[in-house]
Amino acid sequence: MLQVAATKHLGAFTLDARFELPTPGVVALFGRSGCGKSTLINVIAGLLDADSGRIALDDVVLLDTGQHVDVAPERRRIGYVFQESRLFPHFDVAGNLRYAARRAGSPRFVGFDLVVDLLDLKLLMKRRAHQLSGGERQRVAIGRALLSQPRLLLLDEPLASLDASRREEVLPYLEILRDQLAIPMVYVSHNFDEVLRLATHLVLMECGSTTAQGGIGEMSLNPGVRAIIGAEAVGAIVEGTVLGTDAASGLTRVGVGGGELKVPAAAAAAGAKLRVQLLARDLIVATREPQHLSVRNILRGVVTAVTGDEGDADLIAIDIGGTIIMARVTRAATRELKLTAGLPVWALVKAVSLRSHFTRVPR
Amino acid sequence: MTPSLSANESEALYLSLSVAARSLLLSLPFAILLAWVLTRRQFPGRTILDALVHLPLVLPPVVVGYVLLLLFGTRGPIGSWLQRGFGVELIFTRNGAALATAVMSFPLMVRAMRISLENVDRGLEDAARTLGAGALDRFATITLPLMLPGVLAGAITAFSAALGEFGAVITFVSNIPGETRTLPLALYAALQTPGGDHAAARLAVISIALGFAGLLLSEWFARRVRRWLGR
Repeated sequence: MLQVAATKHLGAFTLDARFELPTPGVVALFGRSGCGKSTLINVIAGLLDADSGRIALDDVVLLDTGQHVDVAPERRRIGYVFQESRLFPHFDVAGNLRYAARRAGSPRFVGFDLVVDLLDLKLLMKRRAHQLSGGERQRVAIGRALLSQPRLLLLDEPLASLDASRREEVLPYLEILRDQLAIPMVYVSHNFDEVLRLATHLVLMECGSTTAQGGIGEMSLNPGVRAIIGAEAVGAIVEGTVLGTDAASGLTRVGVGGGELKVPAAAAAAGAKLRVQLLARDLIVATREPQHLSVRNILRGVVTAVTGDEGDADLIAIDIGGTIIMARVTRAATRELKLTAGLPVWALVKAVSLRSHFTRVPR
Repeated sequence: MTPSLSANESEALYLSLSVAARSLLLSLPFAILLAWVLTRRQFPGRTILDALVHLPLVLPPVVVGYVLLLLFGTRGPIGSWLQRGFGVELIFTRNGAALATAVMSFPLMVRAMRISLENVDRGLEDAARTLGAGALDRFATITLPLMLPGVLAGAITAFSAALGEFGAVITFVSNIPGETRTLPLALYAALQTPGGDHAAARLAVISIALGFAGLLLSEWFARRVRRWLGR
């Protein structure tokens, strides 16, 4: 368990943060630029002194201003991947990695060769930072942070300086770290797609304060999160279990709530956990069982809430058997279909619209 | 003009180099320390310390030599202590000449280092910190290597200035052949001697050649360091 509580005044800005993360897990600090995400992880790293607070990782107290405990950053054993990689320019890649390995604490849970392997750094070892692409630099920075044998890894928008295709060069490696090394991570981002792929938990930050937190599924429905990512990107994140492959279509059958989705996904063994985001704008709501449609995915459920959304639209929350999903419909549709809490409905979603929102569920 | 150096000329040249080298060795560690303190630390009296370091730049060198004489002379507070405690004699010696040139060239050295240090990305030091590097470790492995261009530039400028220091040296340690008579002092002595014009011209040529070589060497070093730092 990572427990963080901290306050810090910086001019007119006030940080007042409090969150907890079960370990191992990946918590995303999510919020608009300038909301204090980086300030908070600098406090966790110890690079910035908190006015007051307590930070503990499992049974190790790193900061407790009440007890005058303040472990120096160099002894906190917290790895930090910065947005601008911060590789040492006077060392090559191997030198940067060795710099961390030589100063690492014990126990050592990850070896030099393993890190080089996991992050595909073998061919880069002799290069200097200025001879690397942005994505390569971040891979080296991640490897360097890992080789300090950290108890916790902080990542401050590690992909923000990369364009979309370069991001895709780094993201899979972060998934590997999460799945294979089980190292707790705090991931700062204002990109919801990254959060969706990596995080198990989400802490929402607004104006320097942590305003909401919880599991990623629950937080995907949070109004504060919706306000940041915009109506187009809103959608419930649901976890499902692979049931098998649909022989006719080749799509993967995923059990979600009481129903079943067919999604285009890389072959996964039955029983594997998947995470799917159902974008609210892609969901169609029917009040009678639909027939004669090309839509592959029809989930049966009950409306639990109707809330007004921006524009001329409503968000309809639907319980599909223990799992809540959300559909965005026009207000006129709400009126005509008389959508209210308790009404049985069918939610339709096109398989193709699920494509980009498929990811493995972190253990 | 004969191309080979006379005994007096090579003696003056050797003394100049020897004094400048001693002066550099003496001042380099202090200059790095002061550059770091003045750039990175906030403390009361920082402005005064800064002014004190720069004072030799704006004072007549004779004044510096005179103050050194008061402090480091045989009866001066520091001079007598050094002599009694360590048997170190500064007045009328080349070590004294080195001290005088060190004081005179100190501001140049500190200034070059500070500029370089201000350009060192503190984010890299923070990164080293999160990797487990303590304060001294960070300084030795990150800060110092990254400010090396400034250290080098400062050292070469200071060395060159030390070769030519005149006023402070002659005031503090006088003009003694074979001990404190460096190139500029020899040149001055030649000019004071009837018929010494030719000797003075030769010494001037040697000084110019030395200065030119120093500048070229400095540029060459700077390029190598920049390449090493990947810039």
